[in-house]
Amino acid sequence: MRHALVEINGEPTAVTVDGDRPRRADGGPLAEDQARWLPPVSGTVFGIALNDRALLESHLDSFNQPPYEKPPTKPVLFIKTPNTRNGHRRPVARPAGERLQPGPSLGVVIGKTASRVSEADALAHVAGYTVINEFSLPEDSYYRPAVKAKCRDGFCPIGPWVTDAADVGDPSGLGVRLTVNGELRQEGNTGNFVRPVARLIAELSEFMTLHEGDVLIAGVPAGRVDVEPGDEVAVEIDKVGTLVSLVTEEDTTRKGDRP
Amino acid sequence: MKHARIQHRGQVLDVTVNDDGNILMADGTPLDAGQVTWLPPATGTMFALGLNYADHAAELSFKSAPKEPLVFVKAPNAYTGHDGYSWRPDNVDYMHYECELVAVIGKTARNVSRADALEYVAGYTLCNDYAIRDYLENYYRPNLRVKNRDSTTPVGPWIIDRSQVPEPNNLTLRTYINGELKQEGTTADMIFDVPFLIEYLSGFMTLQPGDMIATGTPKGMADVQPGDVVDVEIEGIGRLRNTMLSESEFFKNAKEQSS
Repeated sequence: MRHALVEINGEPTAVTVDGDRPRRADGGPLAEDQARWLPPVSGTVFGIALNDRALLESHLDSFNQPPYEKPPTKPVLFIKTPNTRNGHRRPVARPAGERLQPGPSLGVVIGKTASRVSEADALAHVAGYTVINEFSLPEDSYYRPAVKAKCRDGFCPIGPWVTDAADVGDPSGLGVRLTVNGELRQEGNTGNFVRPVARLIAELSEFMTLHEGDVLIAGVPAGRVDVEPGDEVAVEIDKVGTLVSLVTEEDTTRKGDRP
Repeated sequence: MKHARIQHRGQVLDVTVNDDGNILMADGTPLDAGQVTWLPPATGTMFALGLNYADHAAELSFKSAPKEPLVFVKAPNAYTGHDGYSWRPDNVDYMHYECELVAVIGKTARNVSRADALEYVAGYTLCNDYAIRDYLENYYRPNLRVKNRDSTTPVGPWIIDRSQVPEPNNLTLRTYINGELKQEGTTADMIFDVPFLIEYLSGFMTLQPGDMIATGTPKGMADVQPGDVVDVEIEGIGRLRNTMLSESEFFKNAKEQSS
């Protein structure tokens, strides 16, 4: 089963999805233009950087030098703040004067409180999986927290829906593809993770309780590309779904508390 | 006016605290302080500053003060209220407190200038931004394993209205362990002040009501041990108390509370 959150007449409404079409609680379909897709989750979004083997290996030479001194020993984590959350088929603004890079990733949606769970029990705490596009400015260093690169408004499209964990099964062999205007530009597989999903949950929950609705951005593959205003960017993950974003130019006139 | 969030007989309540320290419900009914569990007074994202006092940066052997703020992000799992408990992991050598002035955002802020910035501050609270130096790694430093641990950032006791803090840049900060003064400094020594930080952050992202900016700590670090009672205090804002537990005590209590 696929679960989504859509805005109907201004109201966020939980729906199920049949194919790629949301259905009302009474089972009737919704026309595409009647429903605006919202992020299907609302908890804390934790990102795991450098969880793709090829990406980590490409940096190992520099990671043995200052300022790093040695490769990371624990998961390299960041937080996508609530202002970054964005829905399916929504605009993502390229900041003025900056380069913008999508980050295709499996999203792991927590289903029940996980504190200090073992790797063997970890997947029992997963409600399902979603698609994430972890937009970022290019990272030329991993030394300091990437707040300026990653916490911009709308930089974390999530969705369109959450697919039940039971419908996905083993999350470790899923193909992840990024297309820009229909052309394949970046590719990975969740089987190439440095730490598989179960191990991530075990290691994170050692010091942070994961709550229902929290999401892990499990890992972006090597080879981020630049996108331009006007581009249609899609992230496709086997068995989970396809998430589309529309790149626009930043509105530099936005000020103060005006929405 | 001082505004707090508390739990009383299983209910979460917004209360005020008067000049005599009495806790009052919205209708003016006083509550017995002994029957109240203090909660963090705000629950948005916390943007925390590293190395924002020149003397502290020197203490950590940084040769020159930073030119751009070093900002890291905390999520709600890290927060705990006044008179609550934090925990020291087993087998670590150095866990220290950090007494910090916290500005609480009162309205949506985007592209706000320094001159207008304080209009976006609802008020001030304080936090104790504990850190475990053993867990520092040179990736997104200070990393989440150091700074976003469950219940390891006490916040509170309350938010005091901005109008009651006319000089936020001239306040004395103090930390006591078991009543003994360990740290003393002044917000006058802050490198990047609250208006600068609001201009900086809102220049690339939207700050939301309830978001917090923790402005860093002066020099005077010391180790804390299980059983220690740690008070952080800022003149004119309040005094925030926390008791340090061992890892096993903390998780035994957490397990009993959830069962």
